Amino acid sequence: MILESKAPGGDIQTAWQRHKFDIKIVNPANKRKYTVIVVGTGLAGAAAAATLGELGYNVLNFCFQDSARRAHSIAAQGGINAAKNYQGDGDSVYRLFYDTVKGGDFRAREENVYRLAEVSGNIIDQAVAQGVPFAREYGGLLSNRSFGGSLVSRTFYAQGQTGQQLLIGAYQALSRQVKDGKVKLFARTEMLDLVIEDGHARGIITRNLVTGKIERHVADAVVLGTGGYGNAFFLSTNAMGSNVTAAWRAAKRGALFANPCFTQIHPTCIPVSGGYQSKLTLMSESLRNDGRVWAPKNPADAWDMAKGKLGKDPRQIPEADRDYFLERRYPTFGNLVPRDVASRAAKKACDDGQGVAYEGRGVYLDFAESIGRLGQKAVAERYGNLFEMYERITGDNPFETPMRIYPAVHYTMGGLWVDYNLQSNVPGLFVIGEANFSDHGANRLGASALMQGLSDGYFVLPYTIGHYLAQVGPRPKSTDWGSFKQVEGEVNEKTKKLLSIKGKRSVDSFHRELGLLMWEHCGMARNEQGLTTLLQEIPRIREEFWKDVSVPGSEGEVNQVLERAGRVADFLEFTEMMVLDARERRESCGGHFREEFQTEEGEAKRDDENFQYVAAWEFKGVGVAPELHKEPLNFRYVKPSQRSYK
Amino acid sequence: MNLTLHVWRQNGPSDKGRFETYQANGISEHMSFLEMLDFVNEKLESEGKAPIVFEHDCREGICGSCGFMIDGKAHGGQHRTTVCQLHMRSFKDGDVLTLEPWRAAAFPVLRDLMVDRSAFDRIVQAGGYVSVRSGSPQDANAILVGKEEVDRAFDAAACIGCGACVASCPNASAMLFTGAKISHLGLLPQGQPERYRRVQAMTQTMDEAGFGYCSNHGECSAFCPKDISLDVIAMTNRDLMAAQVKGRSEG
Ligand SMILES: Cc1cc2nc3c(=O)[nH]c(=O)nc-3n(C[C@H](O)[C@H](O)[C@H](O)COP(=O)(O)OP(=O)(O)OC[C@H]3O[C@@H](n4cnc5c(N)ncnc54)[C@H](O)[C@@H]3O)c2cc1C
Ligand code: FES
Repeated sequence: MILESKAPGGDIQTAWQRHKFDIKIVNPANKRKYTVIVVGTGLAGAAAAATLGELGYNVLNFCFQDSARRAHSIAAQGGINAAKNYQGDGDSVYRLFYDTVKGGDFRAREENVYRLAEVSGNIIDQAVAQGVPFAREYGGLLSNRSFGGSLVSRTFYAQGQTGQQLLIGAYQALSRQVKDGKVKLFARTEMLDLVIEDGHARGIITRNLVTGKIERHVADAVVLGTGGYGNAFFLSTNAMGSNVTAAWRAAKRGALFANPCFTQIHPTCIPVSGGYQSKLTLMSESLRNDGRVWAPKNPADAWDMAKGKLGKDPRQIPEADRDYFLERRYPTFGNLVPRDVASRAAKKACDDGQGVAYEGRGVYLDFAESIGRLGQKAVAERYGNLFEMYERITGDNPFETPMRIYPAVHYTMGGLWVDYNLQSNVPGLFVIGEANFSDHGANRLGASALMQGLSDGYFVLPYTIGHYLAQVGPRPKSTDWGSFKQVEGEVNEKTKKLLSIKGKRSVDSFHRELGLLMWEHCGMARNEQGLTTLLQEIPRIREEFWKDVSVPGSEGEVNQVLERAGRVADFLEFTEMMVLDARERRESCGGHFREEFQTEEGEAKRDDENFQYVAAWEFKGVGVAPELHKEPLNFRYVKPSQRSYK
Repeated sequence: MNLTLHVWRQNGPSDKGRFETYQANGISEHMSFLEMLDFVNEKLESEGKAPIVFEHDCREGICGSCGFMIDGKAHGGQHRTTVCQLHMRSFKDGDVLTLEPWRAAAFPVLRDLMVDRSAFDRIVQAGGYVSVRSGSPQDANAILVGKEEVDRAFDAAACIGCGACVASCPNASAMLFTGAKISHLGLLPQGQPERYRRVQAMTQTMDEAGFGYCSNHGECSAFCPKDISLDVIAMTNRDLMAAQVKGRSEG
């Protein structure tokens, strides 16, 4: 299979403008003849559904939560990037493009990234026009902060609730289309499969999560904005319901899954406190602007600290006995190195016995110096709600004692393969937001996911999908096609099977077992042996799951265990592809760190000669090795170099 | 620690429901309240019994999915805290707790602690937005908004739509929720053109959805996990009056 990116050649700075001119436009009077299914109401899905509705298409929009406003995007804290150069500090579209390609360790498609940087400013304009209350200066202008991986201040924010405010903006735009009758919303509705008719994506099968009813929906195109798969690791900063189901079912129907092993570990999360833990909480990266990361130099001190309040007070450790390891190892970027670098440095400190939390897995993030320099009031103004959140969870007050943090799974750069038009290899199937693989390469820079979701949803997909629709023209639509009947049958069979096992183990116990193994062998550091172990363990857990899982109740009612069981069953298949991808990629890049491939200083060592490609995997059956297709990457503008943040 | 839970169990909207009692033994003080319920549920599940249904997603106090009454208090009553953020260190060994869903005519119970809050979505659909098209706005810094103004708008916009206000109000009124959106947009220059139509359309939909009237008890704000101020209700009432004077009904 040849993977065509369809990216326009020539001057990258005019590529998107030229492309928009060259692609077909649907005649406005014809738009109402088309129906588009959008699965997901996060930033990507809500923005796309609202914009498509406004353009005149009929939109069917789905989410599994009880309201579109609760999509996982709501939890994003720190901010959104845009190349506005409002601070006059030398930012530009080109610089944002450059930082993103470099930050992604040269594993993203340049043309996509350039377009993202190019439309980033429009996102801020759009959000402000909707009434999103971004932080402002006294003079009334918008305010900015800095984020990791960049030396300019280009991040827009609304306290520590930027995702919430942006999502509410998109939800409001969506609500307006619902009122106008252009968008029909289906909340509490889970997509369980994709329907392909005549080689084109034409519909989905859903389950109503209140009544249990299985339903068929037909359309002219299907858009997935279903988020990331970080919960493959069980513990992550993702919402509890985040899952891979929609993307994985599409993959099982022929869509290629790209770079599944590229996952992001966020350096500043609250450490695990016990075996019952259900999820991890992120502490925004923005904290690294004013907080200093350190660990005790002396493992004996660290051991005292790890015992928590009973041990020694970290404030008593003299300066000379502290290791500010980021400042020491990366003098130029210091505490503001990109996420993958910061996470690995924390892991290394803990591996070396300097860890200070439960099971020695934590380091300090200390605000004492900035409180001294700026005053408590100024620090509270910037981070008040984050400090409060930290205290609520841990019982410790960061104004008094340093925070304890540890890296956690946070984001997935991998996702369904898409071309420049955000279309997958299955005609009529489009993928947006975190669910696609497109813009972040092997590592995403902070505050760039919100940007990408909204860029895809407001400014890219609504135009590129028109190109497809105009080409195929209005077609008959029917849920009586044999394809619907067949897929629905398969969905029902799977549900029946889950309910009939009546085993002894809870769904969560399988999810936890899988997640812990994944974290150990396919998390922050990976090696051939660990990955090979996983390839033996995953099929074993999967087999046990299908023999011994307990799913009480029936399909025709609210059944949260059944919902979770379906998602975990998918993780049990999908993770195998992740691990294979990690094993196949015999280099280190961005968040993918293969211990066998590192520089003398312990940094990721890329192998551009052999691995400068997108790995797109084709599903061949459960337990059967998927087939690898490669999309070569060309860097015409940003020449690949060893990333350095020293 | 060991706890006793009296939990409302109801199989569906038409079931009349009842309390059932569960023991939660060996609970760690570091657990969150929902992790404590996970623990109870995991045991029920492995015994093949139907676990307690409750809603949750982010578990960080921001999505607004979670929420039920603990001993008659929305989200358990801890200041500025959703039930997913509540930790077991706030409880002690031997506590006996009663867990009930939000009780309001406009929020029918779907199962156990899960209710239908879709009326909130309908209120926003009635006019809780600024009518702008995507793709053509002016430069963001062309709209100046003072810091104090935007901070006040933000405070109102911080509402997570959980429904605790309705559940805490003796009349099951939705004025705090509705007022928060009206104030968020009404305090910003972008929201001015539609300000008076918005307040009329949203409050009318609110009334039609079956929420009670507001008689200024203030329980809504006292139990709001985001501390939304009663000022938003005052602003709504003022705007509603102004709208009537102006006679600017939607027509
Ligand atoms: C704690 C946290 C903080 C973050 N902070 C930042 C930040 O400061 N800046 C930044 O840029 N990024 C941040 N991110 C990342 C960013 O929030 C996400 O990548 C982004 O919001 C994803 O948006 P999305 O629209 O692609 O998907 P989501 O918001 O995850 O939405 C997915 C949607 O799909 C629906 N869905 C999924 N599966 C199905 C199915 N099978 N059937 C029906 N519906 C389905 C869901 O209901 C939901 O509506 C953060 C992430 C986390 C976890
Ligand atoms: S689960 Fe999201 S607010 Fe509680």
